[in-house]
Amino acid sequence: MKKIKYSEITPEKIYNNRRSFIKSIGFSASSIAITSLPFVNNALGKEQDQLTSYKDITTYNNYYEFGTSKGDPYKNSQNFKIKPWNISIEGEVEKPIKLSMEEISNSFTSEERIYRLRCVEGWSMVIPWMGFSLSKLLSKVNPTSKAKFVAFESVYDPEQMKGQRYPVLNWPYKEGLRIDEAMHPLTTVVTGLYNKELPNQNGAPLRIFIPWKYGFKSAKAIVKIKLVEKMPTSSWMWASPREYGFYSNVNPNVDHPRWSQATERIIGEGIWTPRVKTLMFNGYGDEVANLYTGMDLKKYF
Amino acid sequence: MKKYYKPSIFFFSSIPFFLILYKTIFNKLGPEPVKEITHLTGEWTLLFIIFTLSMSPLKKITKLNIWISFRRMLGLFLFFYATLHMLTYVVIDYRLNFESISKDILTKKFIFVGFAAWVLLLPLALTSSKKALIYLKDKWKKLHRLIYVIAILGVTHFIWLVKKDLTEPLIYAVIILILLLFRFKFKRISKINLN
Repeated sequence: MKKIKYSEITPEKIYNNRRSFIKSIGFSASSIAITSLPFVNNALGKEQDQLTSYKDITTYNNYYEFGTSKGDPYKNSQNFKIKPWNISIEGEVEKPIKLSMEEISNSFTSEERIYRLRCVEGWSMVIPWMGFSLSKLLSKVNPTSKAKFVAFESVYDPEQMKGQRYPVLNWPYKEGLRIDEAMHPLTTVVTGLYNKELPNQNGAPLRIFIPWKYGFKSAKAIVKIKLVEKMPTSSWMWASPREYGFYSNVNPNVDHPRWSQATERIIGEGIWTPRVKTLMFNGYGDEVANLYTGMDLKKYF
Repeated sequence: MKKYYKPSIFFFSSIPFFLILYKTIFNKLGPEPVKEITHLTGEWTLLFIIFTLSMSPLKKITKLNIWISFRRMLGLFLFFYATLHMLTYVVIDYRLNFESISKDILTKKFIFVGFAAWVLLLPLALTSSKKALIYLKDKWKKLHRLIYVIAILGVTHFIWLVKKDLTEPLIYAVIILILLLFRFKFKRISKINLN
């Protein structure tokens, strides 16, 4: 991947001004990415709407493949090779395929999607992702009626990924969604952020992002998407089933066994900025709550 | 020479505090500053537990009594960093929201043991003076053995809060365990010698 020099990045202030300009044009400019996504952000409060800085988004990461400290992914991923890269979509589908990253970039247009990332550790960022709905990608393979769940598998490459040389998690990293969650328009295939290519430490070349779930659900550097009949076991469920459930929806009323989930810290704020209340489904309840009608979310955490 | 020992220990022991203060004032705590202060003060508390517990083994190994005279100061610095750690959580992180804090203490086991360790430090800090030592006589020694319990609670607090990678807390645990075993071993040897 071409390394992005820091000077090439749009400073957040200019970026924000540009965004408010685009907003001020109004809905007539609906061809512009930001207004084509009416559901983005309407649940976020004003103070929680500020974009997190590019620097914080790209230097404060949980990506255990590159080390367990927050600064490790940035430090250890700069030489990670993402070319060539292939993703296979298989399992309970009519037309299994293998796509190269180039094919994906050419067939799907990425648009800007500003979503909040809520980490299970109790902090959050607001990130201007570039991406498209996973449903578009899945429609290419025609899932069969047996496809009840989607399993994601990240790359396994201990040569390049230091963290995989230690059994911190059950490598390769695995995650999963129920099929209706995966088909939901908010579930995003991410190819970039801040209008740039996706940095390695953020999951390049391709990751998913599910805005209403804790960050670890959004697997990075994906090589395989498998549609399956039975609920897959994710790496974190494998590590500690009592602490990490399959659903892992952001829920201020269900604590992690070891810490509270009622509040969160906003990344980039100073020490005197108080915690803010965590919102149900990370603020995306209007869009996704209907997926869980009648479900006991304390039991299915 | 000897008269400089204690002032220099005081000087070195306060460096972490000024380092944290410097980082706070000049915004060098990273993207999650409150967590960083909490982590730094917690780490220094554990280190001072180790320093405090090292004095009597050092005395036995080097056969020099001087080590014991540093123990009180190190113990008070341990109390100081533990208090900063606790106050960061109570005042800066939770804004004196005692409802959430008490709920956390009662329902989250790592906060419970951490808080318990700090409470147990109180009687030790309060009876650290020479006067208290003379007044309490034999009881003083018994009371101050609480530091062994505090050390175990402190390191358990760290182990229970870590998400997955236990390397760092386990290093502390091993060092503290060795320091505690020292006591056990020497006690047995001295008993054998008596016989």
